[in-house]
Amino acid sequence: MTTHTMTGPVIATRGLTRHFTTRKHTVEAVRGLDLEIGQGELVAFLGPNGAGKSTTLRMLTTLIPPTSGTATVAGHDVVSGQREVRRAIGFVGQGNGAGHVQRGRDELVSQGRAHGLSRADAHARADELIEDLDLSAVADRKVSTLSGGQRRRLDIAMGLVHLPRVLFLDEPSTGLDPQNRANLQAQIERLHASTGSTIVLTTHYLDEADALAERVIVIDHGTVIADDTAQSLKSGLGDLLTIGLVDDIDATVAAEQAARIDGAVVERDHDVVTVRVAGGHEIAPGLLVELDRRGMAPRSIEVARPTLDDVFLNLTGRSLREAQEQAVGATDGSTTTDHSNHTEEAA
Amino acid sequence: MSTAVLTPTPVRQTTPDSPVNGFWADTWNVMTRELKPVLREPASVLFAMVQPLVFLGLFAPLLPETPDGSALQWFVPGIVAMTCLMGASFTGANLTNEMLTGSHERLLVSPLSRSSLLVGRALKEVVPMLMQTAIILLVVTPFSFDLHLGGVLVGVVILSLFSIGVGALSFALALASRDSEWVFWTVQQTLIFPVLLLAGILLPLDGAPRWLEIASDLNPLTYVVEAVRELFAGNYPIDTIAAGFAGSAVVAALGVCIGLRAMRNSS
Repeated sequence: MTTHTMTGPVIATRGLTRHFTTRKHTVEAVRGLDLEIGQGELVAFLGPNGAGKSTTLRMLTTLIPPTSGTATVAGHDVVSGQREVRRAIGFVGQGNGAGHVQRGRDELVSQGRAHGLSRADAHARADELIEDLDLSAVADRKVSTLSGGQRRRLDIAMGLVHLPRVLFLDEPSTGLDPQNRANLQAQIERLHASTGSTIVLTTHYLDEADALAERVIVIDHGTVIADDTAQSLKSGLGDLLTIGLVDDIDATVAAEQAARIDGAVVERDHDVVTVRVAGGHEIAPGLLVELDRRGMAPRSIEVARPTLDDVFLNLTGRSLREAQEQAVGATDGSTTTDHSNHTEEAA
Repeated sequence: MSTAVLTPTPVRQTTPDSPVNGFWADTWNVMTRELKPVLREPASVLFAMVQPLVFLGLFAPLLPETPDGSALQWFVPGIVAMTCLMGASFTGANLTNEMLTGSHERLLVSPLSRSSLLVGRALKEVVPMLMQTAIILLVVTPFSFDLHLGGVLVGVVILSLFSIGVGALSFALALASRDSEWVFWTVQQTLIFPVLLLAGILLPLDGAPRWLEIASDLNPLTYVVEAVRELFAGNYPIDTIAAGFAGSAVVAALGVCIGLRAMRNSS
């Protein structure tokens, strides 16, 4: 699939930092980010609200300048080469790219013209995208009358008009119902497969990062805390066995038994034992046989493969949901009770 | 959902970067984009005309017949200028809306230059202004208003410059008040009536106290209205017309400068 001739990373950041100052109190939204993303990669920035994902994206798309550090996108500096960067990228922000008083088709044509397509090409490209993104029925209606899912598809179409070398999507599936989310993921995958574009998206949906991205960059408090494939992020964690026994006594014995397994982390809560261990799905049958041999009949057993939520919990000591809730109101553990909601997402 | 997302089945080479458009191509793009909703829903230009038309309807019957022509002849150019000020000063609200919904952000990330984003929007103001002026003249011509087409044509050139300037200032205000629509409306409403009244649109300022006279003399709209009054009456006093052009040119230059600065700082 490597049809491109670019060498070196298509996105590179060095010490990329962004502070926001509101009412004498400074929020360090992004702190010294060092990243390299190669041509054709499909990368997800995963993290809770306020983690710095969107601020990073806004710097990479030239919307805000870094406080310090540098970033290059498609070979151009995001500050000194703003216009060159804008010509190389597509951007689907959190809002709607198409104006609400406009018609979708008009906006697609206008966007194509902005990217230097001839009038005829811009119309042809708009037709193509309207067809591909299933917008034929609504393309000639006022954007404000479209449903959330239709508008989001139009946003994606807007970002794809010029088949950008690098496509940024800021929380593309927020506000979509599960069916539209699945559709959107399929769209992104097909786009990636058919164009070889580099795609960077932010999400706080674990399943989305998991399903979509080849590489997951976990961001928390403005820094990268993990950067790997979803698979290897999870494989380091092991599976979670949850075994229910008839009483506390049995559970204590079972916990002792489980603790003999190499590398297992065992906890007991009354009559329930949890075992965190790599390859748990292969270990579970043997453990059951052993418990049976000692005269114990477990009530239940559950084997859960690790999720990215477990990864996040393991990395930060808090679940993604907790981190999400923390981000509402105060930011970055600041002691001031600033409810201005001035996380980077609000910018 | 269709099965093929992007039409080409084989792997498509990523495209080269978009070429650079010139300033005027970008400006044309922005202007025509802004005009589409106006042309698709022409009735939308009536929004800015509600107040001026109410004033026209309620004031016109009260106007005395003057010896040197009908009072309507004096009053209508003021109403046209008022409509023009109203329409152009409302226009920033469209941008506020675009900032709230996200399309302004999309435009900022596109290769369109910042200056085109401002100038294209400001230039577009001429079109609704022309439509509004035509409507008012159509309404009043059956009454005691004499239509002097030549004068009207010169007059709308002055008003066009004025609209561009006021429109640019309105965009600058929208950019400065960022995402809070109420700030925009508060400032706009606070400024608009003093500007209108000081230009002598509703009442002549003859015999006004000195301070009011000075304030009126400093108001560029005063010169615009005076020039438009003469022109709509079919008179061509060169100094008044020149002052009208100067007044509107000052507003246009100031508006575009301030607007450009605001747009360049936009993020």
